[in-house]
Amino acid sequence: MAQRGFAAAVPKATPSPRRLSRRRFLSTSGGGLVLVAAGGLPLRVEAPRHSRTAAGQKAVLIDTTRCVGCNVCVEACKRKNGLPVRDTWPTDLSPEAYSYVRKATNRAYYAKRQCMSCIDPACVAVCPVAAMRKSPLGPVYYDASACLGCRYCEQACPFQVPRYTWDERWPRVTKCNMCRDRVEQGLEPACVASCPFGTLKFGDRAELLAEAHRRIEANPGKYVNHVYGEHEVGGTCVLYLSSVPFEELGLPALDEEALPKHTWEDTVKLPWVMGIGLALLTSAYLATKGHGSEAAAGEADEDRKEKRS
Amino acid sequence: MTSIHMPTPFPGAAPQVRWRPSLLQHPEVQALVHSFGLGSLLLAAVAVFGLGVITYRFYFGLGASTNLSDQFPWGLWIGIDVLTGVAIAGGAFTLAGIVHILHVRRFEPLLRPAILTAFLGYALVIVALLTDIGRPYNIWHPIVMWQPRSMLFEVAWCVMLYTTVLALEFSPALFERLRWRRLLGLFRLVLIPLVMTGIILSTLHQSSLGGLYLIAKTKLDPLWYTAWLPVFFWLSAVGGGLSMVIVEASLSARAFKHKPDLDLLGGVAKISAAVLAIYFGFKTWDLWNRGALELLYSWRFQNLYFIIEMLLGVALPALLLASPWVRRSPVALLTAASLAVCGLVLNRVNIALTGMWEAAGRAYVPSWQEFAVTAGIVALGVLAFKVIATLLPVFEEPEEDRIATRRPRPHRPRRRLRADLRSNRVRLRAHGFPVRAPSTR
Repeated sequence: MAQRGFAAAVPKATPSPRRLSRRRFLSTSGGGLVLVAAGGLPLRVEAPRHSRTAAGQKAVLIDTTRCVGCNVCVEACKRKNGLPVRDTWPTDLSPEAYSYVRKATNRAYYAKRQCMSCIDPACVAVCPVAAMRKSPLGPVYYDASACLGCRYCEQACPFQVPRYTWDERWPRVTKCNMCRDRVEQGLEPACVASCPFGTLKFGDRAELLAEAHRRIEANPGKYVNHVYGEHEVGGTCVLYLSSVPFEELGLPALDEEALPKHTWEDTVKLPWVMGIGLALLTSAYLATKGHGSEAAAGEADEDRKEKRS
Repeated sequence: MTSIHMPTPFPGAAPQVRWRPSLLQHPEVQALVHSFGLGSLLLAAVAVFGLGVITYRFYFGLGASTNLSDQFPWGLWIGIDVLTGVAIAGGAFTLAGIVHILHVRRFEPLLRPAILTAFLGYALVIVALLTDIGRPYNIWHPIVMWQPRSMLFEVAWCVMLYTTVLALEFSPALFERLRWRRLLGLFRLVLIPLVMTGIILSTLHQSSLGGLYLIAKTKLDPLWYTAWLPVFFWLSAVGGGLSMVIVEASLSARAFKHKPDLDLLGGVAKISAAVLAIYFGFKTWDLWNRGALELLYSWRFQNLYFIIEMLLGVALPALLLASPWVRRSPVALLTAASLAVCGLVLNRVNIALTGMWEAAGRAYVPSWQEFAVTAGIVALGVLAFKVIATLLPVFEEPEEDRIATRRPRPHRPRRRLRADLRSNRVRLRAHGFPVRAPSTR
């Protein structure tokens, strides 16, 4: 063998079965890349039918220029929800504080903070068992009996609203639900009913938006020329008017796109992935059938020998 | 294949083929007991401790056993046990596709251990999930409560179905040991649909785990956040999963004292290197395309983690695994593959922890209980692999007659009638056979 040299060791003529299957492998992996690219193509995405539009929803308008930081709304919220009232007013959301009054950084300026009741809430979209639900009237509410405790809602909320009862044996998520039971009876939320200074106003979202813009126009220079919640993350049912930058109130600057859209764009591709995947796999299987490695060819030889004997 | 030595019930007794030895006298069980050395005992100790801490978590609650907070609701258990656990098991569906769909049969010896690794990995992911979620008694809810807009709903379903598929794909090993040939024959019919289902399910949930973070657009660091996250998760699971197959094969070759087939592992290494190279290129292009490359020019700790992940965890292993010198040495191959697996782990941890750090506004360092549970779960997986691979035929060469449906009969020479005997000829003629008188020579 050594005399004939290296070339003798390399088979000529027909390509070995392994070589052939590698070609097939590359061609089918090229098809796989097409699948990957298809996965990235922006298909035309319809917003799912049950995605909320703003029509018919109620909202709360918070005119922070009128707020004096008395915390009567916080007390009303606690009493309505059966939460303990402590010596000091809450400075952040917690399982005991579905809402709190936040002081602006570096000035005596106050704003009530609570769940923003988004029109297309991220928490509702990510909950795998629909424990978080959006009422057509606006409130976003929680059903603890369905909850797994996965905390995806906490992960998803851009306002960091949901709070978890970490110290309970079987924890649950807590947050403001815009007094859903009262709203569904036609009443206003407890906080709005309690405010003595008219900071909080409850009503139809479209009307409140118009009212907010009217106030801005009627008082040039008093307000920041923006109604926070009008477009943020697709719009929220809690609207803020402020004379200080919204960042000072802890309200983050956000895009106008509703967050669930980013996930939904991907979820719609599922049937495509399944269908194209099945087609690719079946064609790859049929294309490479019989092009197995030498071991398979060797087995076929053995079978033939057995049949003859 | 090792033949089972049947001890005789008393000296001088004829070996009885049908007598079954008691469980403890079974050679596989004997081998298992003898192989339990210091390493196994250590693993067992870590596993038992981890299980103990899980009990602690259920008694004292999540607040007392973890450092999770409302700003950091997903920590080590999600980042490593769930995300990394699922990613590392990506070698099973890739290898199954290569062996059964693309008919590259030479990799078949690697397939069954890879499927066992994946099955154990997914089983332990479920254990980790049960520990992490607040209401584990509701974990079955996604079966009856549907919210299709949620990526987690889709992940839950795919993981449930795929764990079943993995169990089914591994079942032939059990059937072979128990000699349930009928079921083995049945299995041959469902193999290809099962493999295809497994590949599609895997693709869906590997990418959906990345899709979980699509909603965190305002929170996840732009170095990692991209609309292509699902694709990146899938690519890294394929590349890193194949490297995990190499790691698992090398380590178990050492543990079970057989030689690693460098030819096979080299083939897997080539594929893994190609996928890792594609992943690296794609990810770099995406960074540039989004204009996020500029982020790397400043001093941030996220940059450091990102560069380590990409260079040491993707680029370097890709180059090493592609090099024929590395593929020829078992130690170098194991090192390169381990680098790729570490890169995969680092990627998932970066997305779950590092990338979410700034948005949380609050530090998160896992508690000792979280580390103990994670370590215990990994130790449990390694131990379970060792036990199952000793008791069941996981590493033996799959032979054709393993899944034969005919019961193998002992060879008896066929009785031939002597043609020269007149009585035979008479008997045959009486039965209607045309028989000639023997020709005299």
